[in-house]
Parts: sequence; C-alpha cells; structure tokens
Amino acid sequence: MSILVFAEHDNSTLKTETLKTVAAAQAIGGDITLLVAGFNCQSVIDAAVKINGIGKVLVADNPVYEHQLAENICLLVSELASDYEHIMATALSTGKNFMPRVAALLDVAQISDIIGVESSDTFIRPIYAGNAIATVQSLDSKKVITVRATGFDAVATDGNAEIVTLDFVTDAGISSHVSDQLTESERPDLGAASVIISGGRGMQNGDNFKLLEGIADKLGAAIGASRAAVDAGFVPNDMQVGQTGKIVAPDLYIAVGISGAIQHLAGMKDSKVIVAINKDEDAPIFQVADYGLVADLFDVLPEFEAALS
Amino acid sequence: MKILVTIKRVIDFNVKVRVKPDNSNVDLANVKMAINPFCEIAVEEAVRLKEKGIASEVVVVSIGDKACQEQLRTALALGADRAIQVDTEEVLEPLSIAKLLTKVIKEEQPSLILMGKQAIDEDNNQTGQMLAALNGFAQGTFASKLEIEDGNVNITREIDGGLQTLKLTLPAIITTDLRLNEPRYASLPNIMKAKRKPLAVQAAADLGVDLSARTKLLKVTAPAERQAGIVVETVDELVQKLRNEAKVIS
Repeated sequence: MSILVFAEHDNSTLKTETLKTVAAAQAIGGDITLLVAGFNCQSVIDAAVKINGIGKVLVADNPVYEHQLAENICLLVSELASDYEHIMATALSTGKNFMPRVAALLDVAQISDIIGVESSDTFIRPIYAGNAIATVQSLDSKKVITVRATGFDAVATDGNAEIVTLDFVTDAGISSHVSDQLTESERPDLGAASVIISGGRGMQNGDNFKLLEGIADKLGAAIGASRAAVDAGFVPNDMQVGQTGKIVAPDLYIAVGISGAIQHLAGMKDSKVIVAINKDEDAPIFQVADYGLVADLFDVLPEFEAALS
Repeated sequence: MKILVTIKRVIDFNVKVRVKPDNSNVDLANVKMAINPFCEIAVEEAVRLKEKGIASEVVVVSIGDKACQEQLRTALALGADRAIQVDTEEVLEPLSIAKLLTKVIKEEQPSLILMGKQAIDEDNNQTGQMLAALNGFAQGTFASKLEIEDGNVNITREIDGGLQTLKLTLPAIITTDLRLNEPRYASLPNIMKAKRKPLAVQAAADLGVDLSARTKLLKVTAPAERQAGIVVETVDELVQKLRNEAKVIS
C-alpha cells in the first residue's frame, strides 16, 4: 500500500505534529510519501527528509501555495491521489481546511480526527466532544484521513528521504491571501508544549492572565484558555483549548479558574498529569485532576510562581 | 443578494451524551435537541447582513426527518425569510449532505452560503469544504469576521497561530467560528410570526443523488474514565508532588 502524508508547516518550520501523523501512517503500514507544498520553504524540506519511515518527499514550491489556500492545495493533492490508497493530513488549521475538499473531489468519505488505527480501513475517532469513541470502517477504495496528533507518538528524525520536485502547478484563481495577524510569542505552541497552564472565567479579566505568564516562563509552558475566557473577551481565540479550539495532551496541564465544562475537558483530558486550581470544590475539573488545590487563584498564583524559583 | 444558511438538528450542547449498552451508537432517545450552535451563528450573521441591507433574502435549509422542522422554525423566528426541509429518514454522511445541498444551490442560486464549521455531534468539520469543492466555490472556514464588497467577500479566519484574512470570489461558502457574532434570542412575537413563514418540504429521494454510505460504524464505546486524584492543601505540597511524585517539573 502507499500513503501520502501532507506536511503541516508555515514555510519556515515543519510542525512537530506532522511526525505524529507519520506515526499514524506507519500504523496503517505501507510506503509513505510526504508532500511539502509551500513557497520558499527549503528549511521545511530539510526537516522533512529526515523524518523516519518516509521514502520520498514531494516538493511543490511555488507562490500559489505560499498561504496554502484550500482551493489550490486540494487540486494539487487530488491530482496526486491516483498513486495512493491513503491520503493523510494532521487535523490542524491547514489540514482541516483543505482535506474535505480533496475527499469531495475524489468522491470518497473523509475520516476526521483519528486517534487510533485498527487496520488499513478501520479507525478510531472521538465523537460528541470525546464523550463517545467511534470505531469506523471506510468502505471507499481510497481513504482520506485527518489525524489528531495527540493520539500518536512522534517518529524519530534520523532518516534520509529522496526529494522529488513536482513540475506542475494548480491554481484555482478564486481566492487570494490578504493578510495574517499572528500572535507573537516566545512561548511554545499549544500543540507542541510539554507543559500548558490555562486560565478560565475565574481569571476575571485579560490583564489577570499576566499572573500565568511568570509561571509559564519558569516551566517553559504555553498559555491556554477555556472557551468561557475566550467568549468573555479576556484572550484571543487562538489560545482556546477544547472541543472547538485546540486539542492538547501535554505532560502537565494546569487548569486555573476553569470549572471543567464538557467542551473544555474534550480538549485536554488526555494530558498525562492534570492540576486544577479552583475555589469551588464542586467544580467538575476536580473529577479529572490528578492534583487539586481548592483555593483562590489570586492567592495561589504568586505563591506558585515563587515556589518554582 | 440571496443567502443560503444550512442548519443541523443536534443534541443540545448542555446535554452529556450516553453510549447505548449494546455499543451500537449513542442514545438520543428523549434527549433535548437544538440547532447546532455554529449553525445558529450562521443564521445570526445572515440576518445581520439582511438588516444592513446587504442581503435581500435569507433561506434556511436542513436535511433530516420531520423533526428538523422545529429547528427550521427557530431559524425563521431568528429572522430567516423561508425554509426548506430536505426530507429523509436516513442519517446521512457529510458527502451525501454536500451532494443534496448542491442540488439546493442549483435551484436557489445564492450568492453566499453560510454554514457552521462543525456539528457538535459527530465533530466531522467536513460539509462546508465538501460543498465548496463540489460547486467549485471558494471557501472561508472558521470565520470570525466577514465583509462583502464588489462581488467579493473578505473573510477573517481563526487559524492556529492567530488570524488570517482572505479575499474570496462570490459565490462562496463561509463556515462560522465562535467569535463571528453572538446569536440573539427569538422574541415571542417573532416566534409567532415564524409559524406563518413558508417552509417547503422536498423529498431527498427525488433529488437524484447517490446517498450510499461510504463508512460503517462498527461500534461506539464510552471513553476511558479518568480517575480523580488527590486534593492538596498548599502550594508547597503541590509543587513537591509535581517534582517528586509525578516528576513533571524539575
């Protein structure tokens, strides 16, 4: 069998989640080819060839792919599709955006957000915000799959794949990029961080998120938020952890002033160790926490930061 | 311009779903149902575009059995002008839904299609993108802001590292994210008025679409329960435990 994996990147850095999607491809088994589509993305290609288990890296380096517009990428991937039984991408912004278009163009179903592989046609995925786990068999000859990276362990990066440059360009010409407003941060990405500290409605306002920053700096942690904190306008949506935000599974997740609504738990309950700090001892977050501290976060956070010094 | 809004009837977001004892699926008997929250945001955005004079007509469509008329009436009460129920007893996959909606688009010729980014039941996040591909339309998924100008729509999207703005040629498909707007509540007079707005029923079987299943649900299980841990009394105790017991900080 042959498998095509789409590399998620921003033209300069290969997202580490791609290594986990390759692991999912290995669990299916077969010859794995990686596709890097972007513009001026040599550093991504350099990182891609080192991924273990990859035979070839297909490179589509062209201005039309610079912003990985779904309309252009889906044409590229569906053009390549005839050579592969499985087409896979990570369930991140880009993969979630273009992959269903590929499935529709190939007239097959997409299996979204898999967290496990049972066989080459049967996959495990969460439904209802992770409150139920479905085992789904694809009946199509070609499988289009997005992978939830937290379900798989990253493959190593001491490989040496062959580079194949693609000589055709697909431009749908119906969409164009205007601008990006990216959050500038020295901290790790939520998806890649081994420690995450998140604030909820209990933080009371956006300014109070500064109380998390000192702790995050000491722990090398990313800062997240619950949907309640995002809805209340405390922090931007790209910090949201939950069913409708980012799905994370770090070694340590610290939930501060978060009650633990179903939709938040869906985004973090696979973390290895969970700490909850909340003054309401009946908050549902304590039911999933390994360590709970029933206290006022405004007393605790400065103490916590000091204790880490 | 005409706007088509798609809505899905799903379990109410406050209800915790339970798996059936025979692991065949989740148990939706006697469970409160509602408009999928992201679809509700799509309805609200369409109604606001009409209130601004940009949209001339807002048509809502849902695919399902007679029960989804309840959600269509809700959308009419929120300000949509008329509704279409594509009637089927089957639970259809996103690809089939997209094919049926393509027929509705051919008939209605909307300039803009507003949809939720995902339904909170199966969390697929597929139908909008599939519909865009089948029609050769541009798409703006995970939208937090949209502006219509001269045959284009400028769309700001929620992406992993922040926001991205795209310019799309109309007709286009927009899928909504949370921060696009805050849906209104339907007033009692509007709920009464909605009962008299037109609601057409179209049999899915008459639309000439291949609705065959492409996937088979083998089983549904409850997720592994996480065991509740211990309550610590002080910050010092917490830090000690994280260092020496869990060994997750140094």
